[in-house]
Amino acid sequence: MDIFLQQIINGLTTGSVYAIVALGYTMVYGVIQLINFAHGEVVMIGAMTAFTVIMAVVGLGLPLPPALIVLLGVLAAIPVCMAIGYTLERVAYRPLRHAPRLAPLITAIGMSIILQHVALLIWGRDPRAFPQIMENTSFAIGGAAISSVQIAIISMSVILMAALTWFVYRTRFGIAMRATAENVHVAGLMGIDANRVIAGTFIIAAGLGAVAGVMVGTYYGIAHYTMGFILGLKAFSAAVLGGIGNLAGAMLGGLLLGLVEALGAGYIGDFTDLCRWPVVSGMLSERCADGGHVVLFGSNYQDVFAFAVLILVLVFRPSGLLGERVSERA
Amino acid sequence: MRPTIKLVSVSVAAAVLMMGCGKEEPPPAPVVQAPPPPPQPMIVKIGHVAPLTGGIAHLGKDNENGARLAIDEANAAGIQIGGKPVTFEIVAEDDQSDPKVGNTVAQKLVDAKVVGIVGHLNSGTTIPASAIYNQAGLPMISGSATNPALTEQGFAGVFRVVGRDDQQGPAVANYLVATAKPKTVAIIDDATAYGEGLANEVEKTLKAAGVKVLPREKGTDKTADWKAVLTKIKGKKPDAVFYGGMDATGGPLLKQARELKIGAVFSFGDGACTDKMAELAGEAAEGLVCSQAGIPVQAAGAKFVEGYKAKYNIDPILYAPFTYDSVKLLIAAMQKADSIDPAAYLPALKAIDYTGASGNIQFDEKGDRKDAEMTIFTLTAGKITPLAIIKGGKSLTLDEYAALSAPAAPEAATAAEPAKPAEAPAKQ
Repeated sequence: MDIFLQQIINGLTTGSVYAIVALGYTMVYGVIQLINFAHGEVVMIGAMTAFTVIMAVVGLGLPLPPALIVLLGVLAAIPVCMAIGYTLERVAYRPLRHAPRLAPLITAIGMSIILQHVALLIWGRDPRAFPQIMENTSFAIGGAAISSVQIAIISMSVILMAALTWFVYRTRFGIAMRATAENVHVAGLMGIDANRVIAGTFIIAAGLGAVAGVMVGTYYGIAHYTMGFILGLKAFSAAVLGGIGNLAGAMLGGLLLGLVEALGAGYIGDFTDLCRWPVVSGMLSERCADGGHVVLFGSNYQDVFAFAVLILVLVFRPSGLLGERVSERA
Repeated sequence: MRPTIKLVSVSVAAAVLMMGCGKEEPPPAPVVQAPPPPPQPMIVKIGHVAPLTGGIAHLGKDNENGARLAIDEANAAGIQIGGKPVTFEIVAEDDQSDPKVGNTVAQKLVDAKVVGIVGHLNSGTTIPASAIYNQAGLPMISGSATNPALTEQGFAGVFRVVGRDDQQGPAVANYLVATAKPKTVAIIDDATAYGEGLANEVEKTLKAAGVKVLPREKGTDKTADWKAVLTKIKGKKPDAVFYGGMDATGGPLLKQARELKIGAVFSFGDGACTDKMAELAGEAAEGLVCSQAGIPVQAAGAKFVEGYKAKYNIDPILYAPFTYDSVKLLIAAMQKADSIDPAAYLPALKAIDYTGASGNIQFDEKGDRKDAEMTIFTLTAGKITPLAIIKGGKSLTLDEYAALSAPAAPEAATAAEPAKPAEAPAKQ
């Protein structure tokens, strides 16, 4: 049971990172129906920028509390990523706003490759190790361990999700965003500057991405110029799972995906161990004897779960768990 | 008839003309012959392949640095082959640790007319690429691929200067059994030819020693999140964990294991036996046990280590002494055969008896290194420190290994490599 609880904690942690990244995909999609495939790279640049700042601050040797150093890293990463988000929209996507849908999609993939290689030039090809400054104390809950970093990641993402929800539903800019998402032309007639709203959406999405990047970096202790690609794809799957274009859906999708991955990787080996199946194990008695195992799928299939979920959702519920608006658009 | 006569007369006339020319030529002839004495050096290309991008690019670059150093030294020595001075050139390629890319660059090297190959780094890329080199009749020496299958294919031109995993696996497993005395061991691998192969060898040895081995867990060579796997392992409470994989994935694995409060002894193979582990895992790396399929860099020839530091301003990481030796072996074989033709120097390479930075090198009939050493390390204070060198089934401490080399050292005073003398006592 404690193992099950531990897997849930692991899943919730990765799930909340996925949720924050998925929000970036879903917000942009909601407003201009573009899948911004460069978003994973924005997350990576957030992690790398924070890495550089944290290393520099640690190098100074000031007696600052570790949490403050990480916060400095976050505060540096957010504006950098916001600038990149704005530039992407201004340079790559705005000129193609009225082009056929495929054109901005391909541009997004191109931007992703460019950002990856810019990061390769700046930070090199070595995996970068985040310094161990946060004291990683673990707390025991019912036999499972939850580390301070995990608590920080989960609570941080809850705060961010709450703040974003408030922002979108309670502020003038949020109302303008929802109006633009509803109908760009009518929103324009109501005096909403669509360009400003769209640029703002990109900036907010990139800011969230920066925080997610720092979370991933401190959680795994490692940052690498290729880390954004697979993370971005998984978060995109999470956004589709929840219903792309729907904020609550992205949060739900992210958390669910994290849980599915953790539990899947934790238990698939046991379920596909042929020696546990009554009929088959008789046929394999030679290899199963003496505590042997014949495992069909091991935990290396962990990354496959995200995409298996994506396929299942697309087949059985194309609009996602909470998505309704998308179905009428698609 | 008439045409024939005409033809004959024309040819006679031509012959006369040519003779006339011939008589006039002798004076300028010596002038033409004068330039050849300083002939252009013959360019000899040697291929090198390792991953230069991706998670283990730092190890790939280390391999390439070792090979480049050997090429530079050979060029400075002014080597002549077949009576002509030669300039060696390295053609360095990046295989991204990916077998598909590995095959592409292997073909590229064949097309570039290299005369021999040093590489690749990973067993998973070396094994498929070796078939391409074999077909092209090119000798290849790997300085780091340890999977036994590489030299079991029956290819005549495939060599390696490191040990095999069926030597390394038992060495590290036996060490683990002797010191940590585990009852239950969990084994994880990265699902590559190297990681899985080594993990299988370790499992075999552990089972033979009566240790209970948990069902195998797997990641990939790009996995960063090991928490799910480790949590599962934690529930089975193993006394030791072995991971077959590289340092870029092994570092996060170890760090996350300690975060989950897994107290087991962690043990790794040569791919994760680097100082980088301390950087990637931080304090969690302290006390890990790992093995390398050769002698430690510290025991490598002093001349090599100094040359490497002088040229690159960094310390060699892992396999640089082996790729360095591999290049030197190719060149030595060419010198012995006095030819750069692969078919001509291959027999000389097979029969070679050469002392390099990693000690004396001779190949057995399969192309494996004879009497390869294995070294067991532990990580203390951020550095991997050799604990024991296993040679010919005997476990020696570093001091004993040094003591073995000490008595013979005066005899070989001219040889800069302290590793060489160690061979002599061991053989007697």
